[in-house]
Amino acid sequence: MKKWLLIVLMCITSLSFSQDKIPVTESDYTNSEVPMADKLREDGKIYVLTGIIMIILIGTLGYLVVIDKKISRVEKTLENKQ
Amino acid sequence: MRQYWWKIVTIILLLYTFLGGLLLEVPRLNILNETIRALYFHVPMWFGMIILLTVSVVYSIRYLKSNDLTLDAKAIEFANVGVVFGIFGILTGMFWAQYTWGAWWSGDPKQNASAIGLLIYFAYFILRGSIENEEQRARISAIYNIFAFAALIPLLFILPRLTDSLHPGNGGNPGFNAYDLDSKLRLVFYPAVIAWTMLGVWIATIRIRLRNLEYKTL
Repeated sequence: MKKWLLIVLMCITSLSFSQDKIPVTESDYTNSEVPMADKLREDGKIYVLTGIIMIILIGTLGYLVVIDKKISRVEKTLENKQ
Repeated sequence: MRQYWWKIVTIILLLYTFLGGLLLEVPRLNILNETIRALYFHVPMWFGMIILLTVSVVYSIRYLKSNDLTLDAKAIEFANVGVVFGIFGILTGMFWAQYTWGAWWSGDPKQNASAIGLLIYFAYFILRGSIENEEQRARISAIYNIFAFAALIPLLFILPRLTDSLHPGNGGNPGFNAYDLDSKLRLVFYPAVIAWTMLGVWIATIRIRLRNLEYKTL
């Protein structure tokens, strides 16, 4: 009996109390006292920034695809030679 | 490109990570403010690093079992990309810390331990570079890789938790799993982890293929 009680208590503490978690609540999304980049979003300038980052990301990934294809080509020619 | 579907998935997930990470709603929390979005970029670096280094150590063990040098090539390249992710992780962490903890380097247990972990892996590359004999190099570095991995796990996940740390998830501080219930953060965070890890795997496979080509032509 004592053993079971101990196990139950250990389970409870390890699950919740020992972690001491701070939950994110709905009020954290509406709390306007915490400053965020609201102006940037209102202006729509955030989309300009996002666009710039996306261009570079897509470009870099495209470059990776080109490198990948080039290696495939070299692999093929080497196979044919052998 | 053989079997390229997963590369398309990687690209789509990465695009989603950036779009969602920049544009979707995040909780308004003090100190963090908009920098909470770094959750989608800084944290996946470490997740990715751990996954890539795990793959590397598995290849090292398989090499020791089979003495197949192609497995050794895979081990080194996965470790390479993993460590690059780790360097990104430590640099982004320093940058983030400057604006949330107040200093680039506060000697935090998590920072120190991850720096030590990376140094252990730098030694792995130096060790490899210093051995001429191919078989010897592969065998010794495979064994070192196992030890390095065994040292890295307690350094990152156990030691920082035993003392006080500013880093979430350590020393009584709640981790980002404190926001476990927050499905909005998870919606981008999990895809971000998958996307960055898959990008790492992609780069590693490219490097492995290059290494094989080099091996065949020389």
